[in-house]
Amino acid sequence: MKAYDVIFYLFALLTVLPAIFSAFHPNILYAALSLFISFFGVAGLYALLAADFVAAAQVLIYVGGILILLLFAVMLSKNIYGATFQEEKKKKIWPSLLGMLFLGVITKIAWTTHWSEALVDNLVQPTTARIGHQLLTDYLLPFELSSLLLLSAFIGAITLARSK
Amino acid sequence: MPLPELLKELFSTWPLFQHMPLWFLSLGCILGLLFLFVFPFAGVAVYVERKIAGDIQARIGPNVVGPYGTLQWIADAIKLLFKEDIIPKEADKKLFILAPAVIFMSGSAAFAVIPFAEHLVLTNLNIGVFYLIAITSIVTMGIIVAGWASNNKWSLLGGLRSAAQIISFEIPVALCLMTACLVAGSLNLSEIIDAQATFRWGILHNPFMLIAAFIYYIGALAEVNRTPFDIPEAESELVSGYNTEYSGMRFAIFFLVEYAECFVISAIATTLFLGGWHFPFLDLSTASLALKMPLQIIFFMTKCIILILIMMWIRWTLPRYRVDQLMKLCWEVLVPFSFACFLGTAAWMVIFGGKGIPELIAGLLGFGS
Repeated sequence: MKAYDVIFYLFALLTVLPAIFSAFHPNILYAALSLFISFFGVAGLYALLAADFVAAAQVLIYVGGILILLLFAVMLSKNIYGATFQEEKKKKIWPSLLGMLFLGVITKIAWTTHWSEALVDNLVQPTTARIGHQLLTDYLLPFELSSLLLLSAFIGAITLARSK
Repeated sequence: MPLPELLKELFSTWPLFQHMPLWFLSLGCILGLLFLFVFPFAGVAVYVERKIAGDIQARIGPNVVGPYGTLQWIADAIKLLFKEDIIPKEADKKLFILAPAVIFMSGSAAFAVIPFAEHLVLTNLNIGVFYLIAITSIVTMGIIVAGWASNNKWSLLGGLRSAAQIISFEIPVALCLMTACLVAGSLNLSEIIDAQATFRWGILHNPFMLIAAFIYYIGALAEVNRTPFDIPEAESELVSGYNTEYSGMRFAIFFLVEYAECFVISAIATTLFLGGWHFPFLDLSTASLALKMPLQIIFFMTKCIILILIMMWIRWTLPRYRVDQLMKLCWEVLVPFSFACFLGTAAWMVIFGGKGIPELIAGLLGFGS
């Protein structure tokens, strides 16, 4: 086992353990906060795969944006402390079935994908130039579609905020 | 050459350090930066701020400990270190302890990419600017958690105000940083400084960059919660905001990070808009390292300190904004203007082939290249 593997398993542990914690912890605030560590673990995995821009974007968007909104939402809900919050409506069958299905799909993809092992050996530097080039040539349509989606989300948010 | 390698070379003549692993040297660099620079800097900044506040408000300021009160900050630090650390009975103990740690982590991690001189940077990241935006956004989480864990209405209100404020002001700040990156053509802080060599400073590049620099400064002031944007800790409304319940060293950490962040935003402004370690019409590229490095540090620090002094001047002369005025300022003034600056700079780059005003003037007069 090389140092690279050790670091990989460290980050993997850092991602998976808080994720499990957040799924099973009865206190919703703690569940949201343990995602904080999990997001960092994912960012570390990206950095390990030499995707520095994606790693920074992960921290910026998930920790700096989504997690803060999550915390806002948690703090506006009542009965954060105590086990009552999650036990009010217990639906077990459908979520577990869907979860199993999702896990199956992910495992299938992980097994059948041909993983390139020479990823770290021939680094592309800087990655941002390559990402920008790819976005505006090969992946122009998905890029524009996602910007359209964001625009519609903006308009929706403004409409909601104005309708007082 | 990044700093760890430089240090390795320096230490290679010293037998004890010859076989040190790289991570040990990196750790040494980080601890050295924190203990030899960040902590003393924050202390001295507190003293200077109190003296300036005294001057502006026609008072004397600290004058008891040491000559002219210069040792006041050491006395304050020792006092805070030995003070009892009180955790409220009804507080969420774990989160109460976690919050200052998160804030401290975010505040000190930003120092990793600040280029003090040509080789004096801990990690020369390719995405330096983006890293800074990402890592400073974590402070919000620490502040929300601090406000929540204190189990105090003032703290919670302060935390929520702070989160709303930082999330809002992040947008114009990030846009202005992107504008500067557009001009320099890189996200790497050292390359951005190189692109502004001698007199081609970012702020002089085109009229839009001048506006962007001011928007960045205003937005950054709001991001570190300083007056006139300090509504999260507005003393007249919220006692002390999100840090009301904190005492002793944990309280000191909030203060420390505030001053460290003041330095960070001044350093970013210096790097992106004021040419970093460059001085107009002084070309240091051929000078020896022994001459170059001290001069570059002096230029960089001088620019930073001037920006910090302006911050203090603003703090003690302007009254505080109201919450709604603050949000209005952000969304109805700063955001549209920063978008205009971004588009304007992009258009300028296309029309003038990436040349700034200083270069165009130099080209007209027929000197320089």
